[in-house]
Amino acid sequence: MDDLLQEFIAETRETLEALSSEIVAWEAAPGDRARLDAIFRFVHTVKGSCGFLDLPRLAKLSHAAEDVLAAARDGKRMPDTALVDAVLAIVDRIGAVVEGIAADVVVDDSDDDALIAALTRVEEVAVPAPAARVAVAPRAAPRSIRLNVDLLDRMMSGMSDMVLARNELARRLRDDVLDPRVEAALDQLSLTVADMRDTVTRTRMQKIDGLFSALPRMVRDTAAELGKAVSLRIEGSDVDLDREMIEMMRDPLVHIIRNAIDHGIESPARRRSLGKPPTGQICVTARQSGNQILIEIEDDGAGIDVARIAAKAIENDVRSVAEVAGMSPAEKLKLVFEPGLSSRDTVSSVSGRGVGMDVVRANIEHVGGRIALDNRPGRGLVITIQVPLTLSIMSTLIVAVADQRFAIARQAIEEIVKVRGEQVRIDPVGDIRVATVRGRRLPMLPLGSFLEIGQGDPSTLVIVSTRDGDYALGVDDVLDTEEVVVKPAAPAVMGSGLYAGQTLPDSGLPMLLLDSGGLAQAAGLRFQRDIIAADETAAQETANPALLFDDLDGARRAIPLGAIDRVEKATAEAVHRSGGRTRLIVDGATMPLHHVESAALDDALAHGEVEVLRLTDGETECAYAIGGALEIIHLPAEIAPATNGPVLGIAVWEGRALEILDPLVFFLDSGVADTGPVAPLCLLDGAGAAWMDRFLRPVLEAHGYRCTLSPEGEEAPSVRLMMEEDAVAAVPSGAPVVRLRRDREGLADPDSIYRYDRSALIAALAGHARRGGR
Amino acid sequence: MPLFLIACIAGQGVVFDADQVDSVVDIGEVVAVPRAEPSVRGLTALRSRVITVVDTRRALGLEPTASHVRRAVITRQDGHYYAMLVDALEDIETFDMRPMPHVAPKDGRWSRAANGMVFRNGEPLLVLDLAKLVPQPVALVA
Repeated sequence: MDDLLQEFIAETRETLEALSSEIVAWEAAPGDRARLDAIFRFVHTVKGSCGFLDLPRLAKLSHAAEDVLAAARDGKRMPDTALVDAVLAIVDRIGAVVEGIAADVVVDDSDDDALIAALTRVEEVAVPAPAARVAVAPRAAPRSIRLNVDLLDRMMSGMSDMVLARNELARRLRDDVLDPRVEAALDQLSLTVADMRDTVTRTRMQKIDGLFSALPRMVRDTAAELGKAVSLRIEGSDVDLDREMIEMMRDPLVHIIRNAIDHGIESPARRRSLGKPPTGQICVTARQSGNQILIEIEDDGAGIDVARIAAKAIENDVRSVAEVAGMSPAEKLKLVFEPGLSSRDTVSSVSGRGVGMDVVRANIEHVGGRIALDNRPGRGLVITIQVPLTLSIMSTLIVAVADQRFAIARQAIEEIVKVRGEQVRIDPVGDIRVATVRGRRLPMLPLGSFLEIGQGDPSTLVIVSTRDGDYALGVDDVLDTEEVVVKPAAPAVMGSGLYAGQTLPDSGLPMLLLDSGGLAQAAGLRFQRDIIAADETAAQETANPALLFDDLDGARRAIPLGAIDRVEKATAEAVHRSGGRTRLIVDGATMPLHHVESAALDDALAHGEVEVLRLTDGETECAYAIGGALEIIHLPAEIAPATNGPVLGIAVWEGRALEILDPLVFFLDSGVADTGPVAPLCLLDGAGAAWMDRFLRPVLEAHGYRCTLSPEGEEAPSVRLMMEEDAVAAVPSGAPVVRLRRDREGLADPDSIYRYDRSALIAALAGHARRGGR
Repeated sequence: MPLFLIACIAGQGVVFDADQVDSVVDIGEVVAVPRAEPSVRGLTALRSRVITVVDTRRALGLEPTASHVRRAVITRQDGHYYAMLVDALEDIETFDMRPMPHVAPKDGRWSRAANGMVFRNGEPLLVLDLAKLVPQPVALVA
C-alpha cells in the first residue's frame, strides 16, 4: 500500500508539473476543448486513484471538479473565467494536499467546502477571493527515485560498450602469456561487468506482475463499493516487459478493469436472473506472442450495448444521425473510444463517464500498441491489448547456417532433432521437402538455401510452431540459447518479412531475429492436413501407456491413454448440473462429466476452471474432471483387479499403489444418461414453433430434452421456447421463457438468444431446467 | 552559409549536408542480411548500436562497392542509424547551394538523390540527400 501511495504521489506531482502550462493556457482561453480535456483527465485520474487509496478528502475535491468539468464538456456550462478560477483553486489544493501526504503533514481543510461551493456558485456570485495557496511543506526524503527512461537507455548502452571493451581486452591479453595476477584481475572485472550488466538490464525490465499486483485489491474495493461480486484471475504474471511499457499500461489497465466492474459485470441479482453465476469473472492474462505482448482482459458481464453507444454519440454531437446510420456494428462499437462518450446514463464515482476509453487508446497507441474489442452482448467483453516487445528481453535459440548466426524466439520452438538415424527422414515431394519426425510429417524449410547463403543438407531440424501450423526449419547447427534485447531493424530489413528484429549479443556482432511465421509465409509453406497428418502406424506405442494424473480428491490415478481424446481446460460456466448429473458443454453439445466427489468439483470450479480429460470410445464421448495431468507412464502388466465402481484395478508404480480407472464404466454410464426418464420437457411455443420443430428439435433431443408443440399437454413443460416477437404478447405461465431472435446482433433485447447460436441456447436451457420447478 | 562534407563516390565528387551527418567512421565487421533490399550491405555494430550498412553505389544504381571499403558516413533517419559507404572523404567546407541545371540526366538515380549542387574552385559537386539514399522496404516476391 505504501508503494502505491508513493507511486500516486509521484505521478500526481509529475502530472501537475506537466499540467501547469495547460492550466495557464486554459486561463487564457477557457473555451479551449483540448485543455479542458487534459484537466478533466487529471482530476478524473486523481479521483480514481483516491477512491482506491482511501483518500476521501482528495476524492471529494476531485469529484466536485470533475462534475463541473463534465458539465462544461457536455456544453451544459460555459467555461467562463469564474469557473476556471474555481477549478484551478481545486487543482492547487489537490497539489497542496498531495504534498502534505508526502511530508506527513496535515493540510488545513477548513475551506475545502468553500472551494467546492465556489464551483457551483460561480454563475451568480463573483468568485470568492482565490484561496491563498497553502505553503508547501518541505518534501520528505524519498526512499525511491524516479528515473528518466532516456537515462536508463544511456546507462544500458554504456553498459554494452563496457562489455565489448572487456571482450576486446580479454582477446588482446590472451594473445600473450598471461601473468596470473593480470588474469585474476581480468576475471574479477568480467564478473563485475556481468553482474552490473544484469543489474542494469533489470532496471529496464520488470515482471508484468508489478503491473498486476495492485489489481486484486482494486477489484475487491471497487466491487465492494458497487455492491457486486467479482472474482479476478490473473495469468502470466512472470512475463517480462519493458519498464516504460509497464508504466504506460498501468492507467489503461486500471481504467479497463474499473469499467468492466462498473459497466460490464451485472449485479448479483441480475446475474442470477440471467442464469449466470452470481459472482462475475474477470480474467487478466498476459502472454508473449512472437514479438508482441498480449494482455487480455476478459469479463463475463453484459458486454457493450452498441445501440446505446450509437445513440449517445448522436446525443453528444460526436457523430451525426446519418453517419451513425451508415455504420456497421463494428464501427459503432469503436465509438467507445471517442472522447466524451459513455454508454452509461448514470454517473458513478468509480468509472464515471466512460472517459477512460479514449485515454486508454491514446496511451496504448503511444507505445505502438493496439487495442481490440471482442464484444459478446449479454455474455461479456474481451479487450485485447497488444504492445510490441521492443526493448524487451527475449529468450532465443542461436542457430548457425553457413557462416551466419540467427536468433529464433524460444517460445516458437517445439523441438530440436538431429537429422540422422531412424527417427528423422527427409523426402523430396515435388519441389518441396517433407520431414518425417517420429511418424509426424512436417513441411521443411532449409534455411541455408532459402536465404541463399548456403547449400548442403541441413544437419539439424528445429521444429517451429506458427499460427498456421508447425514446420521443420533446417539449419546447420544449434549453438546456444541467449537472452537478448531485441530492437526493430531498419525498414529495409524488416520489409523483407523474414526478420522480427535485430540484437547485439555479447560477441559484439549484430544478429538478426528470425520471424518464424514470416519465413513460412515467404517460402510459401502450406500446412495441409493431409501432408502433415500423423502416420499412425509409426506412432503406435507397443507398451501399455496410461496417463498419470492428480485427481480432484488429491489422489494420484491413471487411466489408459487409448481412451483419452484430449486434455483441456473447461470453464466453470461450461459445467452444468441437472437432474443429479453433471454435464460439460463443449462446442454447443453436452457430454456427461464424471468426477470423484461433488465437493471436490465445487472447489475446483470455484477457481473458475477445471481440467478435464475428454474420453471417447469412437462413438460415445464423456469427460472426467481432474486436478491436473502429470505424465504418460507405462503400466506394468500385472494389475490387481478391483470391484470398486470405476476402478479397473490397482497397479504398483514406483513403489506406490496406483488406482487405474476403467473408462468403460464411464461410457456405460454415459449411454444411460441420454435415455433417462428425467429428460426435461421443452414447449416449442408461438408462431415460430413449426420452425423450431424442424430445426431445433433434433438438437434439443440430442442434448437430453423432450419437445412438445402442445401447450395443453398433461405434463407441465420445464421451459418455453419462443421467438422474441411472440414472447412480448405471450400469456405468462409457470415455465421460464427462453426468447430467440432472428438477428445475430441483439440490438433490441440483449437477453434473447440468436436462434442459430446453439451453445448459448443449450446453456440457457440447462440454466432454466436446473432451476425449473421439478 | 551551410556546412558541407565533401566525399567521393564512384569517382564523382559529392557533398553531404553536415546537418544530416552524425559522424564519420571506418566500420567494423559487417553481418549480411539475406534477402533484404540489394543496397543493404548488412549490419554492423558501432558503439553498442546496430547500424544498417548501405552500399551507396548500389543505392545509386551503380556496380557494388568493393568489399574492402570501410569508410562510411553515419546518418540517422527515422530513428534508425545508417552507415553510407563512401570511397573517400575529403574536407568540410561552407558553400552556397545552387539548384540542379535542368538537363535530362542519363541515369536518373544520381539526380533523384540530389538536392542541388555546389561549386568548389569552379568544380561542380552534387549535393546528395542522405535521406533519399536510405533504402526503402520492397515487397518480397515469394
